[in-house]
Amino acid sequence: MTTLSIEKLCVEVTDQQILDGVSLEVSSGQVHAVMGPNGSGKSTLSNAIMGKPGYRVTSGSITLDGKDLLPLPTWERAKAGLFLAMQYPTEVPGVSLRETLELALRARGKTEIDVTSRLLEEAVQIGLSPELLDRPVNVDLSGGEKKRNETAQLAVLEAEIAVLDELDSGLDIDALRACAERIETMTDSGLGVLCITHYHRLLDYLPADQVHVLVDGRIVESGGPDLAQEIETNGYARFLKSDVESEGVTVSIEGLGASKKASNPNSDDPFADPLA
Amino acid sequence: MTTTRTSLFQLPNGGESVGSSAFLERRNSAAQRADEAGLPSFEEEIWRYTPIADLDVSKYELGAPGGSLLDFGLTNGVDENAAAVIHIVDGQVVSISVHDEAVTVLTDGTEFENLIGSVTQTGPDVFSDYNFAYCSAPIVIHIASNAVIAGPVLIRQHTTTGGLAWFPRVLVDLGENSEATVVEHQTSPDIDALVCPVTELKVNQAGRLQYLTVQEHGPRTWQIATQMAEIERDAHLAVSQIALGGEYARARIDIKMAGQGSSGDIRAIYFGRADAQHDFRTFQRHNAPHTNSNLLFKGVLDDRSRAIYTGLIRIEPDAADVNAYQTNRTLKLSEEAWAESVPNLEIENNDVRCSHASAVGPIDQDQRFYLESRGVPEDIAEALVVRGFFADVLDQLPVATISDAANTRISELLALEGPGQQR
Repeated sequence: MTTLSIEKLCVEVTDQQILDGVSLEVSSGQVHAVMGPNGSGKSTLSNAIMGKPGYRVTSGSITLDGKDLLPLPTWERAKAGLFLAMQYPTEVPGVSLRETLELALRARGKTEIDVTSRLLEEAVQIGLSPELLDRPVNVDLSGGEKKRNETAQLAVLEAEIAVLDELDSGLDIDALRACAERIETMTDSGLGVLCITHYHRLLDYLPADQVHVLVDGRIVESGGPDLAQEIETNGYARFLKSDVESEGVTVSIEGLGASKKASNPNSDDPFADPLA
Repeated sequence: MTTTRTSLFQLPNGGESVGSSAFLERRNSAAQRADEAGLPSFEEEIWRYTPIADLDVSKYELGAPGGSLLDFGLTNGVDENAAAVIHIVDGQVVSISVHDEAVTVLTDGTEFENLIGSVTQTGPDVFSDYNFAYCSAPIVIHIASNAVIAGPVLIRQHTTTGGLAWFPRVLVDLGENSEATVVEHQTSPDIDALVCPVTELKVNQAGRLQYLTVQEHGPRTWQIATQMAEIERDAHLAVSQIALGGEYARARIDIKMAGQGSSGDIRAIYFGRADAQHDFRTFQRHNAPHTNSNLLFKGVLDDRSRAIYTGLIRIEPDAADVNAYQTNRTLKLSEEAWAESVPNLEIENNDVRCSHASAVGPIDQDQRFYLESRGVPEDIAEALVVRGFFADVLDQLPVATISDAANTRISELLALEGPGQQR
């Protein structure tokens, strides 16, 4: 049993506070969904968990089975059992997937895993054309192929807790179903999932035990699967409205929005994650 | 008539040039021109940023007794399929073996004298003039017309004697509508020597030539190289460099799209370590219409190494319908590394598409984060990203054995021992 515990997490990106006291706990076999509108801090949460440079934790904690992850570099967080499936998986020219995974597994002492045969199994299962495994990491893969590739890697690396950052973005329905169902199977054998998403449709195939609504860097409501259904029907208006109603006491939120806009003048979306 | 001159370079006692009197006179006048010009100054734009002021030619002597071949390094194993193998050590021919009847190697004679210097006899600088004057073991490689040479012609030029200065010279004359690959491999151990090669490439109509230079000099060797090419109608040339060594390693690469419909590619990878300095001066000259050229350089600088790149795309008034591109990208792995990159365009015709891009910076942090997020330790992730940075150039080089060996060498330089490597 493994538990990823996030407590009162505050994160700054380029001196702007993006997350403002987020608390969550994901244990083996569970699926927690974090849903929120654009710019609410969803990607910041996943990047902060994985320790991406530029995401500064100003207070709060992230622990895995009580072990403090914050001092650890990214690769050691992966070694500890975390996996981040990226929203936009980076192309890495000249580096093969097999080599990457072999080096990753070697670093965590799991040399008994035969990466070549495991990757092939996972590729077939997820519907990823095996010849794509010979390409440099993510290079010239379509959006859907990249997400299938992330899912295959998650399976081969045998992570304990997976953070899925908008796994559904850019996915056609077949790819979405293939990825979600594969991950759902992994949860049966103990994978814990923190599923960050804008839309409900991923949760049709990867049912969430808990749903959290993230707005302006805070979890404003948590509940069961019904909450995701409600968002599917009504959108985020209800949660945004509550902010407007409390405008008088949340001057900082308005200020935050304004300062974000100032630092990111080319963005149409004043709430856009400046590092996204 | 004998004149008394004080030349920067003196042939050793007993050393003399061979050839017809007309040829010797051409060489003699090249020496006079060079002596009158004297060594260049770093105040000249084409020598800017270079340590040319540190060059003390009195340290060096022309001519050496000749040594033994060194390790074959990156060209190990290329011999098996080679169309010809030429070994030259310290300016002396050790062996010439030709395995393809379309390939002729000339070292003297009328045809040799007519060809050598036919792409560039004068200039472009004093070192190429000295080369014509004092070149030892010059080689002309002639490839018959309408021939496709499957394996590469391999020329190993090894410098093994400290204090030696020598002037290797190669001319490739590719017959009409022929296809060939030539590899020039420059090697020296850790010795203080001066090597000034000149390469002349004559790509006749509809010919397709790949010319790859592999430079594995020792850390105290100076190289001042000049490559001049003329590409005739509908012909194609790709000149490439893998430059890994040298204290100061300069290569001037000057290609002329002389005939309409011709095209030329220039590619290089270079890796600087310790106090090494790489210096590339490129020229893409479009003298005819419907011509294309494309340049892609990728360099990595570690420690206190330095790199200079200056490139000119020159498009003459008559050269309409031209595409010319130039990209130089440099990764700095160390704060103390230094790079200068200066692209230039001179365009005298309106019907052209040109671009140049130049970037000096650290490694791609997103790529590194991606690999680390899988669990690859940070130093290994960085090395993988650096090695991968070279991949697209290595993939375009003509001899897979050499590209693979270069990839392995780069992994070693990055202290990377991957379980499996892929370009």
